[in-house]
Amino acid sequence: MKGSMATYALDFEKPLLELEQKLVELKRHAATEGGADALDSEIRRLEKRCTRLQQEIFAELSRWQVVQLSRHPNRPYTLDYVQRLFTDFIELHGDRSFADDAALIGGLARFDGEPVLLLGQQKGRSTKENILRSFGMPRPEGYRKALRLMKLAERFDRPVIAFIDTPGAYPGIDAEERGQAEAIAVCLEEMAALTVPVISVVIGEGGSGGALAIGVCNRLLMLQYSWYSVISPESCAAILYRDASKGERAAEALKLTARDAYQLGIVDQLVDEAPGGAHRDPDLTAKNLGAALRQHLRELRPLGPKSIVEDRYAKFRKLGPVTEPARNAAPSARD
Amino acid sequence: MAWYHRVPAPKLPSEQRKSRMEGLWIRCDGCGEIIYKADVEKNLEVCPKCDEHFPLPVRRRLELVLDPGSFEEHDIGLESTDPLQFADSRKYKERLKASQKSSGEGEAFVSGIGRIAGREVSLGAFEFNFMGGSMGSVVGEKVTRIFERATERRIPSIIFSASGGARMQEAIFSLMQMAKSSAALARFRAVKKPYISVLLDPTTGGVAASFAFQGDVILAEPKALIGFAGPRVIEQTIRQKLPEGFQRSEFLLEHGMIDAIVHRKEMRERLAQLLGLLA
Ligand SMILES: [Zn+2]
Repeated sequence: MKGSMATYALDFEKPLLELEQKLVELKRHAATEGGADALDSEIRRLEKRCTRLQQEIFAELSRWQVVQLSRHPNRPYTLDYVQRLFTDFIELHGDRSFADDAALIGGLARFDGEPVLLLGQQKGRSTKENILRSFGMPRPEGYRKALRLMKLAERFDRPVIAFIDTPGAYPGIDAEERGQAEAIAVCLEEMAALTVPVISVVIGEGGSGGALAIGVCNRLLMLQYSWYSVISPESCAAILYRDASKGERAAEALKLTARDAYQLGIVDQLVDEAPGGAHRDPDLTAKNLGAALRQHLRELRPLGPKSIVEDRYAKFRKLGPVTEPARNAAPSARD
Repeated sequence: MAWYHRVPAPKLPSEQRKSRMEGLWIRCDGCGEIIYKADVEKNLEVCPKCDEHFPLPVRRRLELVLDPGSFEEHDIGLESTDPLQFADSRKYKERLKASQKSSGEGEAFVSGIGRIAGREVSLGAFEFNFMGGSMGSVVGEKVTRIFERATERRIPSIIFSASGGARMQEAIFSLMQMAKSSAALARFRAVKKPYISVLLDPTTGGVAASFAFQGDVILAEPKALIGFAGPRVIEQTIRQKLPEGFQRSEFLLEHGMIDAIVHRKEMRERLAQLLGLLA
């Protein structure tokens, strides 16, 4: 990664990082020992090898490797994109009823100078921050805050941009007591009826109803190495194979990657990440995402409130392939 | 109305006879009493001793609340296309076939138009015995059409939920059914007719987190398990046993999450009453 963040290496990243480390040492050597031409060509050769190795590794990632990338500890989170793509961000807190949920943040900001409303699940970098943010797993108050802010956006005619990055809604006693199911259910319905443009982007993990609660959108984008499904691969494995460690197998069965979702017609656009994954160059990844957001906002802005709701309805109404006997389809007198 | 005849017991070898006899009695999970199966059946699958509500097959459920002979089933024969070609230890298509055989239903949900106390309603109910009442594209489509039909005809809608949630075997498509049905319900609101959601044992996951908790009025049968996360998942997360009665109807009522608990015997009457007050 460009920058100084402590690097964490996934197994399949290791050969690349080792090679890059060699390159760094060689460059340092060249700088201190003076620029020998021999070293120069060696550096160029190594650079080429790095690029090639990266292409090789990332050309054929398994679904499980994509899941691992989506959870990479150095991966950019919601606030990393907010900071890079928006100006004038002001976070708005609380559901006005119980608490402020740090696992789902929201606020107003400007995108290309135009006011927008931002929402997103937020993971933490440190253990301490992750406890505060429940590893990006919102509680009912998080969803109720999201709903409150969406209604705010609607009242002032501001588009909503939602960043999805959660393993799922928080499964705990307190969350159940305060109506986790109801909080998500209400979000889904209200979001479906929202009269302003909504763009949702899966930037990492799109786990189940906890993700969808901010995903009833006009345009769904996914970053290249993100996933979106009805259940996390581990939970799926725990049910299907009675073994949570078989997540790799479940990931294959669930066909949960961004590319899968695109091929299945769920996603409107895939957004390229930096070579090697978003964590290797958050600036470049954010730039790609910014361009996609700009394009879709430009398309959606001219639509009036009614058309926006219609557009969203049409998007979801067609999802879910079924076969139907011909006799059902025949028009009957009562219809 | 069925007639009962006394039929002399057929002579059977003793082994066979024993198992037949055992089949006649069940042990109630609620009170632990051994009860005569026919008594339970006659009592709407409710324990005559302690009022424990046992699962009711979907057709009997509809029969129980609708005016006799008023049910007209819609959307019969919808089937999943298995868009993911899902296979775990068994192929999804095979699981579907096995469920069709064991439950006698084509899918986990039956829907149509019927009357309650003379009033037309667009309604549907889950068959929990069909893959745990899970919601895939077929269930999602049927639920969506319930709301669309109710919107077209300007009539109330009712859904009886008994489901473990979204169906894993259709993965992302199952998840999207939550959004699709929610969008259809959002449209239905415009006709200002009530949507009554009845929560049965169990109502969890993606079904709880969508139309089951979007009711204008939300009713539940006694002691039904209702929640977003299943108890096992929560126990694994917090690494401790859950308190007695957690996520049961009574718990939800106490926490302000449902409107009322209604005994199965009174369900029809309560629904008729609510429709009268709102429709
Ligand atoms: Zn009993």
